Amino acid sequence: MTSTITPDTSASVAISVEEQQFNDLIEADSRIEPRDWMPEGYRKALVRQISQHAHSEIIGMQPESNWITRAPSLKRKAILMAKVQDEAGHGLYLYSAAQTLGATRDDMTDALIAGKARYSSIFNYPTPSWADMGSIGWLVDGAAICNQVPLCRASYGPYGRAMVRICKEESFHQRQGFEILLELMQGTDEQRQMAQDSVDRWYWPALMMFGPPDDDSPNSAQSMAWKIKRHSNDELRQRFVNMLVPQAAVLGITLPDPDLHFNEETQQWDLGVIDWTEFHEVLAGRGPNNAQRLQRRRDAHDEGKWVREAAAAYARKQSARTEEMVAS
Amino acid sequence: MTTPGDSAAEIWPLWEVFVRSNRGLSHVHVGSLHAPDETLAVRNARDLYTRRSEGVSVWVVPAAAITTSDPDAKGAFFESPAGKNYRHASYYSKSEGVKHL
Amino acid sequence: MSDDDSKADVHGHVAVDVTTLDAELIEGPSVATPDVAEYALWLGDDSLILSQQLGAWISRAPELEEDVALGNVALDLIGHARSLLHYAGTATNRTEDDLAYWRTEPDFRSLHIVEQPNGDFAHTIARQFVVSHYLFELYSRLRASADATLAAIAAKAVKEVDYHRDHSTQWVLRLAQGTDESRRRMITALSDLWPYVEEIFRDDPLIDSLEGIAVRPSTLRPAFDSAIAPVLAEAELEIPRGFVASGGGRTGRHSEHLAFLLAEMQVLTRAHPGASW
Ligand SMILES: [Fe+2]
Ligand SMILES: [Fe+2]
Repeated sequence: MTSTITPDTSASVAISVEEQQFNDLIEADSRIEPRDWMPEGYRKALVRQISQHAHSEIIGMQPESNWITRAPSLKRKAILMAKVQDEAGHGLYLYSAAQTLGATRDDMTDALIAGKARYSSIFNYPTPSWADMGSIGWLVDGAAICNQVPLCRASYGPYGRAMVRICKEESFHQRQGFEILLELMQGTDEQRQMAQDSVDRWYWPALMMFGPPDDDSPNSAQSMAWKIKRHSNDELRQRFVNMLVPQAAVLGITLPDPDLHFNEETQQWDLGVIDWTEFHEVLAGRGPNNAQRLQRRRDAHDEGKWVREAAAAYARKQSARTEEMVAS
Repeated sequence: MTTPGDSAAEIWPLWEVFVRSNRGLSHVHVGSLHAPDETLAVRNARDLYTRRSEGVSVWVVPAAAITTSDPDAKGAFFESPAGKNYRHASYYSKSEGVKHL
Repeated sequence: MSDDDSKADVHGHVAVDVTTLDAELIEGPSVATPDVAEYALWLGDDSLILSQQLGAWISRAPELEEDVALGNVALDLIGHARSLLHYAGTATNRTEDDLAYWRTEPDFRSLHIVEQPNGDFAHTIARQFVVSHYLFELYSRLRASADATLAAIAAKAVKEVDYHRDHSTQWVLRLAQGTDESRRRMITALSDLWPYVEEIFRDDPLIDSLEGIAVRPSTLRPAFDSAIAPVLAEAELEIPRGFVASGGGRTGRHSEHLAFLLAEMQVLTRAHPGASW
């Protein structure tokens, strides 16, 4: 059962009835549901992908929550709180989806705070300026949407359903980010400078969110065969850039890629060379804020322990009391 | 059989959440969450799943309390209705064109 | 692969919900008189400062579900603050942001209790428990204010603070009767907060000029006391005895905490006078 399973039913390997059923469902673009039989590799790949995604939402709260207390207007403060709160919600939807595959939230959280789990390395970049709230919304949430819209049709039912909910909420995130930048670009020289500086810092990391180039992406082919991934990294990255260029023009902001140009032949925007060494550095945990992000998550978890225990103890006492009353 | 995801090892148990989006509609499963007890579970559900006025009523059920049909017996469990087309109005074609039927 | 979304707009599969948007701020037909504006500042500043404090919990709560819950409370409160400050500003032609970001400490009118730091979760819950019970009694009565704008703001706010009251009550019960540690922390928090309760119900002279418009704080005390009594009894908590803090928030004499809070809240806005965000 360790051989690579492809949905290609003409494979000559003898397979079991349930495996055949699984392959048929994938082939028919149907959905796999929690209690269906599934290959162990499929389950593991999903738990990895979904939990990493959930962790990213949770760690992703931090660079933005930094600015909640300093948001420059009450309206922006309210929007930012609602946005960061949404990210907590996204984490929760996704942990639930992973939980249907037998992973517990406690275990996933332990792995995260022990530094054993991955999350999107984009959140290891700092947010020193208010304009970063704009860039995160426009570029980071924007890239996330490109990645995630196809996942709404992921073959695993609970994952796809969580993604539908998340994508709806994400469109608010991207728009509010765009608006922050637009407001800055229409403001004072200092504000414009703030916006440009921020986009300069976030543009390349956002492009790297789509993952390494296709010829260097080990898990992609299998994930695409299983339809837990629908498009290649490069394909999605290209789409994203095509979308950004006209938006940047509306903002009056310069995308920091001198080689960016329109290719008449392909009708696409060709981009310059991505510096993957930085990506691998950040991915390896050497991003500017890795340690800080994990420490903060760990602190919140550790400091909350007595509260979680208190509520659990209270629940036990209450149900013991109810049982006593029923018995007497 | 219990719902996947429920684990006795967790400090707060898992709850399944159902939301009625409007009067006249059924409660529909929307996802799950953790809570120490039913009182907080229903409040967490309100906070998490109805932030954008998605619901007028919320149910929470301990994931452990849900019994599912056995998926391995899926074929046998849901085979019976197949072929019993006479349960569907569209089976009766001779009355076509007759009003109010 | 039967992918049909490759040509479609990336947003194509997830339509943005078309919804009718409610009014963001509750606005009335009239301009506030100076006295009404001052009163609106009292209430608006309380909500603003409390919201600012709760906002700092988001991403630091004891459990993710609680990040969301505290976020909802903070969002309700900032909504109340915006409507109240907007209304207060109509008297002097200032915006909600002028009032939030460009006043200095002595011009704030917040109560000392909302200025008390978040502390541990028990302190935040104790503060929520006291303030949301007070706000519930306040807004219940303010719904009948002769001032239409205040009445409208109160009518919306009362439903929201009713939920905050419930949220904090649930946690007071759990912390007080959970583990030994949580009980100890709950008792400490309550006794740390209690000196600031008295100020809430003091009648500042301004109240005399707002008969029928404002709610006289002292009249809320009996209802407040009888609302919290059964919760404290169930939680087996006693009302702490001890000193009564001198207060003075309504006349601009604040705790040490407020200056730090304002410095953080206002820092960016003040670095860019005249900018819009
Ligand atoms: Fe998200
Ligand atoms: Fe987002």
